[in-house]
Amino acid sequence: LGSLLSFPLSPQVSAAAAAGAFPKRVKVVEVGPRDGLQNEKTIVPTPVKIGLINMLSETGLQVIEATSFVSPKWVPQMADHTEVMQGINKIPGVSYPVLTPNLKGFQAAVAAGAKEVSIFGAASELFTKKNINCSIEESLERFGEVMTAARAASIPVRGYVSCVLGCPYEGKISPAKVAEVSKKMYSMGCYEISLGDTIGIGTPGSMKEMLTAVMKEVPVGALAVHCHDTYGQALANVLVALQMGVSVVDASVAGLGGCPYAQGASGNVATEDLVYMLNGLGIHTGVDLQKLMDTGTFICNALNRRTNSKVSQANCRL
Amino acid sequence: QESKTSGLPEYVKIVEVGPRDGLQNEKVIVPTDIKIELINQLSKTGLPAIEVTSFVSSKWVPQMADHKEVMRGIERYPGVQYPVLTPNLQGFHSAIAAGATEVSVFGAASESFSKMNINCSIEESIDKFEEVVKAARNMNIPVRGYVSCALGCPYEGNITPAKVAEVSKRLYSMGCYEISLGDTIGVGTPGSMKRMLEAVMKEIPLNALAVHCHDTYGQALANILTAIQMGVAVVDSSVAGLGGCPYAKGATGNVATEDVIYMLNGLGINTGVDLYAVMEAGNFICTALNKKTNSKVAQASFNIGTVN
Repeated sequence: LGSLLSFPLSPQVSAAAAAGAFPKRVKVVEVGPRDGLQNEKTIVPTPVKIGLINMLSETGLQVIEATSFVSPKWVPQMADHTEVMQGINKIPGVSYPVLTPNLKGFQAAVAAGAKEVSIFGAASELFTKKNINCSIEESLERFGEVMTAARAASIPVRGYVSCVLGCPYEGKISPAKVAEVSKKMYSMGCYEISLGDTIGIGTPGSMKEMLTAVMKEVPVGALAVHCHDTYGQALANVLVALQMGVSVVDASVAGLGGCPYAQGASGNVATEDLVYMLNGLGIHTGVDLQKLMDTGTFICNALNRRTNSKVSQANCRL
Repeated sequence: QESKTSGLPEYVKIVEVGPRDGLQNEKVIVPTDIKIELINQLSKTGLPAIEVTSFVSSKWVPQMADHKEVMRGIERYPGVQYPVLTPNLQGFHSAIAAGATEVSVFGAASESFSKMNINCSIEESIDKFEEVVKAARNMNIPVRGYVSCALGCPYEGNITPAKVAEVSKRLYSMGCYEISLGDTIGVGTPGSMKRMLEAVMKEIPLNALAVHCHDTYGQALANILTAIQMGVAVVDSSVAGLGGCPYAKGATGNVATEDVIYMLNGLGINTGVDLYAVMEAGNFICTALNKKTNSKVAQASFNIGTVN
């Protein structure tokens, strides 16, 4: 799978990073329909979700996280996961991963047509306990079941690690812990590990420290960053990650999705703002910024809210 | 420490432009006593430089009409600089009479912008500034030079790094001790910031350079980081991100001082500034302006613990 393919690439990637060069291409993973909508106050009707994903599919984005196969008791915003999965237009060349926290969710996802899934770990024991009521070790055992089933069905699995730059309960998180959890998930068979600054507390300093530790255990070609903009640091943190050779970045159209740990504060970094920066750096993403902004306008109208994307807000004609 | 080994400056001087650049670009005009209180609060935060006001005609900039009263009314803290804008000799003399001990002049790297803003060419504007700088030097008054549109112009679009270097060099040679390179419409990215700085650094020593980034496209902190990585050690910012963009309605302008300090703290770079005190000053002025802060750090910090 992907993890095997990335090995031949990594020496070149590391050399480029050492020279201070940026990657030539960056894969943008769009998490708006899942991470974004899951953290919005307004619940969005199924046709609007499908409309959003279909519009995103036309922008050139290669990966669009479609929904989450969790119990609607816990995440009512994603209750229509089966309908969404079955309702969207699947464009060839575009991947539509879905979250599957356990085997049951995995099976439901596959039955609904999912071809890629994601699992969520955390670098904090307290966060894991509060979120899914078990220890990190226990959560990884649960994921083991999903991994086994996914391997049998030839379904790639993406692993997320939350709280990589800080935890709302524990505070500081050691880079070594992040590296340990990342390594475990990678060894279990995740083709990519997305490192999430869940509360947006990280800065270029802590991002660099954390990535240095993780890159000792996981090849940089298998790493992604998922930065939240709660403290306005997201793009600066992404910049540092790029300088270190990371070439996969998660973002959310219109910056959908507030921070559940600080009321009124922002969460996900806006895809438009990220693509604007990457364009300015001459890095290829394949994404059409105008179409992306139009999609952001669409979902913000549907949610009756202002965009969190500064690029969209500015819309300056030069 | 982190910053020593990483090639980043150990110390970055923050130039607070909220009371001038910030308030000048806010819709609501703030009463004199509020301005004075804001500056006094900022003086207690450890900020080394606070741009107080602008000695321009109140016909052009009504928000700064009370420049004399503000200059005379503020408490001057030892070790803090209080520069003021002086676009011409008349403004300069007025500023000195009101007690100013440092002034700033504003050039631009774009002819169109210069024409639209002050109705003259870059060359003509530099002649005017030369008068101010000469007078200032005679009185041992330091002059800071700003170069607007360093990464793009609302009228001309792309601006060549060579032009920015040329205008910067003119201002520096004439006697400005520091050149603040302004991304006036916030269109720059780390790519264009790097190219521009490379050109300017050929003409001006690094320790005489500052960056003044606008956050209109959300790029400010990434641009500032790039500048710092190249050795720039002076950064302009505005408390609470005061001051919208006059060229894109509803868009943001200045980068928030709180967000800059948060990043520098995280990098282990010393600023001498108390982040919490700046947030309090930001809270004060936002309450007075009846607006929400543009600082994400302030937004998050005042809401932390209010778990949904």
